[in-house]
Amino acid sequence: MTTTTRVGIEVSIALADAVKLCNPDVVAAYPITPQTHIVEHLAELVANGELDAEYIPVESEHSAMSACLGSSAAGARTFTATASQGLSLMNEVVYVAAPMRLPIVMAVANRALSAPLSIWCDHSDLMSVRDTGWIQIISENGQQTVDNIICAFRIAEDNRVLLPAMVHLDGFNLTHVIEPITFPEQSEVDNFLPPFKFPLPLNPDRPVAMGDFAPPIIFTEAKWAHENVIKNAKDVIVECWNDFGKAFGRQYCPIEKHYSDGAKVLLMTMGSTGETASVAVDEMRADGQDVGQIRLRLWRPFPFEELREAAKDADVLIIMERSISYGGPGGPLSSEVKSAFYNQDKKPKIVSFVGGLGGRDVTVGGFKDIINKGVEIAASGSDNEYEIYGVRE
Amino acid sequence: MAKSENELTWKDLKIGAIIEAPGSARSYESGTWRSQRPTYDFTKCIKCGLCALFCPEGCIGQNDEGYFEADLFYCKGCGICARECWPRVIKMEEEVE
Repeated sequence: MTTTTRVGIEVSIALADAVKLCNPDVVAAYPITPQTHIVEHLAELVANGELDAEYIPVESEHSAMSACLGSSAAGARTFTATASQGLSLMNEVVYVAAPMRLPIVMAVANRALSAPLSIWCDHSDLMSVRDTGWIQIISENGQQTVDNIICAFRIAEDNRVLLPAMVHLDGFNLTHVIEPITFPEQSEVDNFLPPFKFPLPLNPDRPVAMGDFAPPIIFTEAKWAHENVIKNAKDVIVECWNDFGKAFGRQYCPIEKHYSDGAKVLLMTMGSTGETASVAVDEMRADGQDVGQIRLRLWRPFPFEELREAAKDADVLIIMERSISYGGPGGPLSSEVKSAFYNQDKKPKIVSFVGGLGGRDVTVGGFKDIINKGVEIAASGSDNEYEIYGVRE
Repeated sequence: MAKSENELTWKDLKIGAIIEAPGSARSYESGTWRSQRPTYDFTKCIKCGLCALFCPEGCIGQNDEGYFEADLFYCKGCGICARECWPRVIKMEEEVE
């Protein structure tokens, strides 16, 4: 551990400062609530000469990601950020980045998708890009957001990976709160994050064709190459987090455990609700209830083995997530968790809740309620796919 | 690349399926898409070259006698040349195996 500075700061500003520590060459972004402060601060850093990068003000998110493709393909370290409708508008190009293996880093300030219009947090935007082939890392608080940004550049640009990476942070619940955050020194980040060297960059001296047409004879092979690289990326992600832990003293892992070993009832969360939920779990344990919690840190590649290991002692696994897959089997997270256990001999009863939609708070009392209800539902043998939490009937 | 397209495995692909050799589309036989082929009655041909101008594939060139003719390796059989050829040199005929 070396010297560090701890400051009280808005998480969006801290995120932008973390990007600055990573010394990007290009930032191309379009402002949208609740991501605005992130890109405003980056624009300010560039305008003030504090960050030596090209800031490309574009006319839409579709253009933002298109500009990012070009700069990353030329071998430039590239950052962008968006949210919700912006991510939707960008969607076509988001799909292009990953199979082209361009290690762009994007922060997504998670916000509900319209309609009805909402500027507040849920994970419907996050789920809309589930199958884009990007690495997707989830933040639970401001410190994790800063650390995730630094790790995201290193993971994405690793020559064993070369995939774009999204860092998700909950809109408003994280972006607009002020937290005490420990910043690493510039020299420490420089040591941790090697310069970006794309193996086959766009260069007039050595022309290459990127994002080319693939006839049926080769398309499947291209898809399988992508699938293999993102599956194998998990080892590199864990290695990066271990190195980060050694260098900065904060250790991350795909599934974070909170009193989960041996607990018969487990609550699973992703994103900022994990902190509220952990208070509920602590209080219930203090009352003698056998409850633990697991928090998802890595959405893609999905940590199947780590999840099975973390929930191996549980009889009941209760999931609370912030998005709906309409007409489907509950939320997308529940789908994943259920598929992780379906073929296992020993598996917990899985109970799904959808809540916290469009910025609605789920309080400590709310999580206690969810856990108690979850246990009841599991005992009742109900075959309801999921419950929606807190809706007025 | 040494291997032909239908021998390549996923491990043979460059990162992001990048193509390093310029002009590699030249080795792609789009002629296999064809269900009709152009046939020629060169006795009527005035060598105006309109067929070559209109060919969307750019696969029509002059043969040794100066007549315009499609390269069947690339010709997709769209029939635009036959439609545009006002001296009626070109006729499309069904491809038969």
